[in-house]
Amino acid sequence: MVLVTSGPGATNAVTGLTDALLDSIPLVVICGQVATHLIGTDAFQEADTVGITRACTKHNWLVKDVADLPRVMHEAFQIATTGRPGPVVIDIPKDVQFKKGAYIGPASVKHRTYRVKSDPDLGQIVKAIELMAAAKKPLFYTGGGIVNSGPVASKLLRELAALTGFPVTSTLMGLGAFPASDPQWLGLVGMHGTYEANQAMHDCDLMICLGARFDDRVTGKIDLFSPGSKKIHLDVDPSQINKNVRVDVPIVADATKALKEMLHFWKTQKKQVDKAALKDWWKQIDLWRGKKSLDYKQSSTLIKPQYAIDRLYELTRGRNVYITTEVGQHQMWAAQRFKFEEPNRWMTSGGLGTMGYGLPAAVGVQMAHRDALVIDIAGEASVQMTMQEMSTAVQYDLPIKVFILNNEYMGMVRQWQQLLHGGRYSHSYSEALPDFVKLAEAYGGVGLRASTPDELDAKIIEMIDSPKPVLFDVRVDPKENCYPMIPSGKAHNEMILSDAMEEETVVSDEGKMLV
Amino acid sequence: MRAPTERHTIAVLVDNEAGVLARVVGLFSGRGYNIESLTVAEVDHAAHTSRVTVVTSGTPEVIEQIEAQLRRLVPVHSVVNWTTAAPGIEREMALVKVAGTGDKRAEAQRISAIFRAHIVDTTHNSFVFEITGAPEKIDNFVDLMRPLGLVDVSRTGVAAISRGPEAM
Repeated sequence: MVLVTSGPGATNAVTGLTDALLDSIPLVVICGQVATHLIGTDAFQEADTVGITRACTKHNWLVKDVADLPRVMHEAFQIATTGRPGPVVIDIPKDVQFKKGAYIGPASVKHRTYRVKSDPDLGQIVKAIELMAAAKKPLFYTGGGIVNSGPVASKLLRELAALTGFPVTSTLMGLGAFPASDPQWLGLVGMHGTYEANQAMHDCDLMICLGARFDDRVTGKIDLFSPGSKKIHLDVDPSQINKNVRVDVPIVADATKALKEMLHFWKTQKKQVDKAALKDWWKQIDLWRGKKSLDYKQSSTLIKPQYAIDRLYELTRGRNVYITTEVGQHQMWAAQRFKFEEPNRWMTSGGLGTMGYGLPAAVGVQMAHRDALVIDIAGEASVQMTMQEMSTAVQYDLPIKVFILNNEYMGMVRQWQQLLHGGRYSHSYSEALPDFVKLAEAYGGVGLRASTPDELDAKIIEMIDSPKPVLFDVRVDPKENCYPMIPSGKAHNEMILSDAMEEETVVSDEGKMLV
Repeated sequence: MRAPTERHTIAVLVDNEAGVLARVVGLFSGRGYNIESLTVAEVDHAAHTSRVTVVTSGTPEVIEQIEAQLRRLVPVHSVVNWTTAAPGIEREMALVKVAGTGDKRAEAQRISAIFRAHIVDTTHNSFVFEITGAPEKIDNFVDLMRPLGLVDVSRTGVAAISRGPEAM
């Protein structure tokens, strides 16, 4: 729920709405609007809010008559939360806000056109499990749809994975649906995914896509994507089927319901996996794992960003932790290295890639979970996009922890300028950073700084133990780049594993344009 | 290798609420789809529904996406592709103004009779023809009128309906 004022309040909400639309996050935004008789006159703080937000909402309404308000309210919550969840906007003119009307309950509201197909076609489920039983090199490719479907979907996914013994990889939005400690977990997939996950995507003979949408950050070059596999695609949104990648068995349904049926038919039809083939497949995967694609060169003088995240993970293990992130290298390192065991523990801006997401998201998470340890893994550039929300955290006594991997660069931008623009760096260096310790204190929070690896642990513990909001300025190696990486225009089996390989990699002009 | 582009006529039955046309048109422009023609009008006052008929072009994959994306719009009741679904009838009306005198004027009138166009306005040196038919027929008529003093054309865009007793 978001309440904003007319005009600038509504336009400021546009980035959040677009973010929620791409990541399928339910959001009901109620905007103020000028009085109905002033609409269209360029009145003070007037904006065409339904016009501006039409393309970045699942649906929106301008309520000109108070008699429509109860129906619109109930429709708004239904549309935002059901099917593929998403953001909605209700624009309410000032005169309507002051009027009185008769309330009607949600039971008497039935939308004229909006219908959700959540029950799977059982014929498709049977086709899917037959392919699974016949597969020699299968792979679960899961996404945010499993998380959005609710915690039961994650349980069912774990059950199905245990029953079949198939490897599991996940998109950025799906992290936590499958436990990172499980031996069947291959890690993150896609542009900065692990070597084993991407090789498995490329070489599998059956891809079981559950609640993911074949995004370009996952597929890499589309005509080289997983050339030899049959594909099962479960999605609650029919428009995702065959959008980027043609699939063999589409299943349009809610993930929980579909997974339930898959398990039911697998058990009742007494399906068996091809054990011998699966053994060979795991042997191959273990060879890929042997590349240790997330390894990095440790330093005794500089804090490596990967090391900082590893220490943060180790020192917060076993606690009630929620992680949010900003966008950039720190986000990818967090996604690669922080091990999530449960869904809904990881809040990040995936589809839109919105720098500035993590701090206000942490404020929201801490509001919902007052006793939890809520950490925003941040970059020094991203966090300044929404730094003012520190004031909200202090005002509402929300002890969020902002763990800033400060490399004095917009590191991901710098990395791409290095790889694709011949090292012609443009506006990716932060020359005028604030003193984050003083800044934290100015807000009434706590400021911490660490510059060497040997002081990191004590400072992390100090951060965890602080009862106040904390800005922790972790001064990391400014030169570190985020690997492994699928360069644009390349296939999953053409990953760069380190800086050394980067020099040998030639990205074609066509590839550069694909970024 | 890309599949060739095809032309499709798609009918969309929508709830006649404020801004619904903007949603349909915005979907096409926002996702980079073509609109070759667009017709919209209320078709059932009591049921509060309007019918939008869009002629679009794209590869079969793009057309499939267009239909799926249209179905995703909240105020949409139904979507039918008259090019791939049940065979439909397509008609368009045009008003065509031709100015001239003498032989050209006589020739314009003669051709209009062949096309079964009606003359709905006349002066000593102009005609306005009303012509109905498939879009190609109107294209042909307009082409023939061009050397005969074509001045102005107003076309309605395509309206489409299925053959047989069923509704869309």
